[in-house]
Amino acid sequence: MSNSLKAVAWRKRSSKSELAVFMVWVLLLAFVSWTFQVMTQDTIWSFVTDAPAQFNDIGSRMIPPAWSSVHELWWPLWETINIATLGTLLGLLMAVPIAFLAASNTTPSATFIRPVALFLIVASRSINSLIWALLLVAILGPGVLAGILAIALRSIGFIGKLLYEAIEEIDADQVEAIEATGASRAQTMTWGVVPQVAPTLAGISVFRWDINIRESTVLGLVGAGGIGVKLEGALATLAWPKVTMLLILVLVTVVFSEWISARVRKALI
Amino acid sequence: MISGTQADSGTSLRTWAPPPFISNAGTRWALYLGALVYLVLAIGSVEVNWARMVLGLERGWAFVEGFLYPDFSSRWGDIAQGFQESLTMTVTSTALGVFLSIPVAVGASRNLAPTWIYLVCRAFIATSRTLNEIIVAIFLVAMFGFGPFAGFLTLTFATIGFMAKLMAEDIEEIQASQLEALRATGAGYLQVLDFAVLSQVMPRLLGLSLYRLDINFRESAVIGIVGAGGIGATLNTAMDRYEFDSAAAILWVIIVIVMFAEYSSGRLRKYIQ
Repeated sequence: MSNSLKAVAWRKRSSKSELAVFMVWVLLLAFVSWTFQVMTQDTIWSFVTDAPAQFNDIGSRMIPPAWSSVHELWWPLWETINIATLGTLLGLLMAVPIAFLAASNTTPSATFIRPVALFLIVASRSINSLIWALLLVAILGPGVLAGILAIALRSIGFIGKLLYEAIEEIDADQVEAIEATGASRAQTMTWGVVPQVAPTLAGISVFRWDINIRESTVLGLVGAGGIGVKLEGALATLAWPKVTMLLILVLVTVVFSEWISARVRKALI
Repeated sequence: MISGTQADSGTSLRTWAPPPFISNAGTRWALYLGALVYLVLAIGSVEVNWARMVLGLERGWAFVEGFLYPDFSSRWGDIAQGFQESLTMTVTSTALGVFLSIPVAVGASRNLAPTWIYLVCRAFIATSRTLNEIIVAIFLVAMFGFGPFAGFLTLTFATIGFMAKLMAEDIEEIQASQLEALRATGAGYLQVLDFAVLSQVMPRLLGLSLYRLDINFRESAVIGIVGAGGIGATLNTAMDRYEFDSAAAILWVIIVIVMFAEYSSGRLRKYIQ
């Protein structure tokens, strides 16, 4: 009795499933190393091994930052903030109706309209704002307007998805209670659905605004206005001290917007 | 009887208005006014070149047409190469990023790591999360040369920050009693990690990894614009040549892959949890 107890050490799994888990790991590892080989078949390794030297070279050129160039950066910074803010507002205006059409409990037609609304949301989400900007700059020409529209088009998917999920999770009793008073469809929306999702919507919008500030700092790389235009110019002319100054400004802006967004969201909850 | 709030606020009995969002009238109006002033200033500073926009309408129409009739065939070689780079970049960077994020996540958990390691790991996470992928990609391309290898490093760096932050939050919320029980048996540090921590956070680790796989594919489509390989480079070239039908074909493939990835990763996550 005591002998058999000593011999059995506790294990998480039986030998069979341990082997299966091990095989899954081996296969995964083999798959990843195969993809790595496919990926790097055209890589020039001498560039890769040269990286530390490049790092030192660029690093030494970047210091000290060109502090004096900050004066010409305030206007691009203002543009960047406008791109993010106006873009979020415009995105919000388009996302709210789409979300109501996409939520299964508020959509007018689950067979025809809902799939279209869901497709719009997915299409907007799968295309990054930089790609939207690339398209819009080709169509509208370079400038802030292309940036605003790019941010707005990308925000539709984000706000739309989170909002329609919130609408689907509302308390049906409240809606039913409003309906029982004889309220019309519009009144049911205003008093039964909207009050339940309004705090969520406010939170989502502020969250997206914060992300948009971050994204609008690089939109200028493809010509869509804001501080990215200056970054593109500094990189193209290899003006590394200016690049450092721009990066510092971008970092401060991003951290500041994150702080504001966190404060506002805390106040909302 | 009418309820107290209605009588107090002095509104008429027939109409009822919900209480305003900000109770102090002064603050409320100051906020409205501030928002209005900002909007006027911001919209006023947007320069619109109407002549250029009229010219652009034709191109816009060409793009809409391209989206309806995408051209997959004439640039198929470039498109296939771009997607191969994007997909391989996605898989390798997610795998390496998740693997490296585990020690960082443990280090960034207050209940498992000493203070100085905690601070170092948190600083690393903050850096990785504040730096935009595009900016990181620009520097890595300058250092490692053009091509998917720089993109792979960019995505790996971003994955570590993302995964480590969310995993550390999860690790900090595990049941302390299990940690204590393991320690009481005399288990070593790694044994505690394996049996008390990993077993509690494993479902979330798998779920987040799948989610990140999804994000990495989307990002891999963008960083090519600055030379870090992948489908973004192909897309950029197509746009530069004004080949809107080829560009539309690329966008269609991206949308389909993202939809498929989102659907299957959602199914898998449901199956795991």
